[in-house]
Amino acid sequence: MDLRYTEAEEGFRAELRAWLASALPTLPGKPDRADWPGRRAYDTAWQRMLFDAGYAGVHWPVEAGGRGATPTEHLIFLEETERAGAPYVGANFVGLLHAGPTINAAGTEEQRRRYLPGILSGDDVWCQGFSEPGAGSDLAALRTRAVRDGDEYVLNGSKIWTSHAEVADYCEMLVRTDPDAPKHKGISWLIVPMDAPGLSVRPLDTIMGTSEFAEVFLDDVRVPVANRVGEENDGWRVTMVTLSFERGTAFVSEVVACRRLLRELASLARAMPRSPDATAWDDTTLRRELGHLTAEFEALWALTKWNVSKASRSGVPGVGGSVFKLRFSETKQKAYDLAHRLLGRAALCVEDVAGLPSGALVDERLSSLSYTIAAGTSQIQRNIVGERILGLPKER
Amino acid sequence: MDFQLTSAQRDLASGFRSFCERRFDRDRLRGLVDRDRPPGMVDRELWAELAETGVFCLRLAEDDGGVGLGTAEAALVFEEAGRALLPGPLVATHLAASLPGRVGTGAASGDLVVGLAAADQFPLLVEHLDAVDELLIRSPDGIRRIDRSALRATAIRTPTDPCTPLHHVATVPDGALIADAAAAERLLREGAVLTAALQLGIAGKLTEMSTRYAREREQFGRVIGGFQAVKHLCADMLVRTEVARAAVYAAAVTLDDPEAGDPAVAVPTAKLMADEAATRNGKDATQVHGGMGFTWEVDVHLYLKRAWVHATQYGGPEEHEEALAATL
Repeated sequence: MDLRYTEAEEGFRAELRAWLASALPTLPGKPDRADWPGRRAYDTAWQRMLFDAGYAGVHWPVEAGGRGATPTEHLIFLEETERAGAPYVGANFVGLLHAGPTINAAGTEEQRRRYLPGILSGDDVWCQGFSEPGAGSDLAALRTRAVRDGDEYVLNGSKIWTSHAEVADYCEMLVRTDPDAPKHKGISWLIVPMDAPGLSVRPLDTIMGTSEFAEVFLDDVRVPVANRVGEENDGWRVTMVTLSFERGTAFVSEVVACRRLLRELASLARAMPRSPDATAWDDTTLRRELGHLTAEFEALWALTKWNVSKASRSGVPGVGGSVFKLRFSETKQKAYDLAHRLLGRAALCVEDVAGLPSGALVDERLSSLSYTIAAGTSQIQRNIVGERILGLPKER
Repeated sequence: MDFQLTSAQRDLASGFRSFCERRFDRDRLRGLVDRDRPPGMVDRELWAELAETGVFCLRLAEDDGGVGLGTAEAALVFEEAGRALLPGPLVATHLAASLPGRVGTGAASGDLVVGLAAADQFPLLVEHLDAVDELLIRSPDGIRRIDRSALRATAIRTPTDPCTPLHHVATVPDGALIADAAAAERLLREGAVLTAALQLGIAGKLTEMSTRYAREREQFGRVIGGFQAVKHLCADMLVRTEVARAAVYAAAVTLDDPEAGDPAVAVPTAKLMADEAATRNGKDATQVHGGMGFTWEVDVHLYLKRAWVHATQYGGPEEHEEALAATL
């Protein structure tokens, strides 16, 4: 067990840190959360800067146009960019972490040549059309149909919870190509241009009052058969490839951000008056809770290193991601619950009041409620842990 | 960075696991609990065999007759000891082996069973006193060796953990200082990590026991592990164990190589996560076993009770949480 970074890894960190220090000041200010065109412009500008500096797709293989970084270097990349306050993947999330790696692994040479460069440079933004209104966690229960007509598929149905749909250029979409086959067998993985006639997008407002995702409606949308990645009706296997890319390092930036959040909460507690001669920091219960959360996030950081090292050795991310996600999503919510208690009545305002950072903290608390739902609810994750790791029988 | 066990570390852990399976299997454990009850619940023959495996002198340099390994390896061995529920002051004797003089030599060779109590405890309860050859008291100014003849101690008739007998000590007699404040601080940190490793072993074993039971026990015509309510209890046990594992191993590696992290953060993190994993898994395991879990006959309670013992050793949650808050 070696927790020390190698000389090469430290060299990568130093080089990246120096570049971040010079590059970040040239990035324009962050747009408003509700401003989707602004968010797209901001995220793709950052992606372009990474591309020009040779950091685009840092963990992608070199032959796909990436940098071919090791999993540990990818961890360092995510740790350092978060520490420096650089944007996370944002609008480029699906392209960089899902669609790109899937096309590289399961696509044709032509598909690689056509789609990968645009993802790396930030020119093309992708969204994910996996979830459907009636399917939810039962992903394979999808009903969107694709009927073959010559060298085209004709698509009808709808998708939901599609982030970035309003500003995306392409959608990685799961469609049912054989309605008579067993649930997992009749699915195909398609590249759908978002400007295709018959495709429409309706934003969905979240509990934060902003639209974080959208519904996508497909009404006789025609897509070339050449846009299919993998074999017809083999989309489920391709999807499992897609999902495996997300695990392992998906939450690295988040853990780093949470460790910083605790320091911010501690300094807020020290400044927060509770009586004429005491601050919130004098409250033993609150202090101990901050201490406990520190242990939680430190342990999750150690678990991240464990998972990354494991993936480096075996080459596959494994199911450790579910273990991590379960604990992380619940701990993150606890941290924002604590922030809420610290703010007292200021937590009634999704805006800054009396000089307190209540705007961001309350907004983040609301946002954190999605963590135990998105990418497989905690209940589904517990099923995965129970069945795939512990070998307990499947739910029927 | 390569935060995975080396093949030598895997061999060490599996070697010690098979030693435990051979020399301290379930029959032996139940024999100890239900029949034999040696003084202080320490079987001297087993203690000598443990010493032969190198448990106590594991971290001593080879030139000093030790095995020359680090805290990381010790943590793996203590995890196995926790899994097997080996009784006795294992951590205390292992720590004492690093002290100078007769106490250190005797502890390392297994000739002495050494107890270590914290001066600031109230009430002061000493474990395994009837088996202990040397009693050490740890306080912020150093480690003292207590003159046993001056010690007045009252045996507790019914200790919660039947394998961890206790004595109540009302006043601590003076003792000779055998190690300084820095040594006391070092022993506290190492003790916390190795005790956390015992807890990790307990947490993992409880997860295995519960999962096996959930795969076998049938109700309503199905095995209970197929019910989401039971499956999710088992999943939570595994998650706690794996989070604790990462924290314990990271703390052990950090004690060996302080450049790998900050011991002031890593050590309390490990103890908090492992205490929580062991004690909460103990409760969940009782629940998964249902009525059987509430019986003396099923081993779950022995693991839970031991977890409760360890949770009070080398700092409880209040201390560790405050220590971590102070780093913010």
